[in-house]
Amino acid sequence: MPACLAAPPAQSLVSKKAPEIARADLNGLPVSLKSLRGKVVLLNFWATWCAPCLVEMPVFSGWQQQYGPQGFQVIGISMDDDAAQARKAITRLKTSYPIVMGDAKLGAKYGGVMGLPLSYLIDRNGTVRARYQGEAAVGTIEKQLKEMLARP
Amino acid sequence: MFFAFIRKVGPIAALAGFVTLGARVQAQMTPGAPNENSAFSIPEAQLIQPADLSKVLAAKSGDKPLVLQVGSRVLFEQAHIAGSEYAGPGSQSAGIDLLKKRVDKLPKDKSIVLYCGCCPWNRCPNVAPSYRLLQSMGFTQVQVLYIANNFGSDWVEKGYPVERGR
Repeated sequence: MPACLAAPPAQSLVSKKAPEIARADLNGLPVSLKSLRGKVVLLNFWATWCAPCLVEMPVFSGWQQQYGPQGFQVIGISMDDDAAQARKAITRLKTSYPIVMGDAKLGAKYGGVMGLPLSYLIDRNGTVRARYQGEAAVGTIEKQLKEMLARP
Repeated sequence: MFFAFIRKVGPIAALAGFVTLGARVQAQMTPGAPNENSAFSIPEAQLIQPADLSKVLAAKSGDKPLVLQVGSRVLFEQAHIAGSEYAGPGSQSAGIDLLKKRVDKLPKDKSIVLYCGCCPWNRCPNVAPSYRLLQSMGFTQVQVLYIANNFGSDWVEKGYPVERGR
């Protein structure tokens, strides 16, 4: 039996550089966190079986359209086991931002994604500034992202 | 609006429509009856708290339960209860089939603990269908790990034993 392990504390990512994500999205287009330096990034971990996730995502699509011109980018990371299910969901939700498929490796890089929804706000310099676990009040996230957008 | 509906379809048709409502809708309409897919439909007596399960698993003697994660495989791979196996997701027919296959040949009095932890308890789509399956198969010693928030905060961050990988 493998040795029992302790997971790294999830809060430890705040104030640290966001781990790089470089993968193709579900449309086959490349997504790279490094290439988004200079933008405020909302990284949202979700899954099709996560009801609160599906409620949040249309809100994030609205933010993408509203704040995109100010240098805001949402990246969705599906933690579904099956990309086909994720594709169906984003077609139905008409998400307006890239979605990549996550996995255990990416989850571990981000402190362990062991509950959804989970979102990180990353500033223009690529530093993680906030972590939102569970059904966070979207108003709180929006307030913080607007503050971050106001900074150079 | 209700009376407009009656006038439109006729009182007899309206009565027939109400009587033929599916059981699930009727259950939802019955005050206090949780949706059959809701984790709240699992009787409280069958729930086990994380602290208690960790003590059971740590005990030097006594039979250990078979612990099955019935949620997301990606979450299982990141971290799961030490010694547990993956048998989900309970919200999908493929997951139910996997669970059924895993327990099919076990004695019906085998102690089994199901868990998920994908989301807060009130949002989990996996534990109730999995619990119902085992009930329907005649298992008598099934408990469900009560995870109020998610597996990360309610088990991992409490320092209870975890493993990683498939």
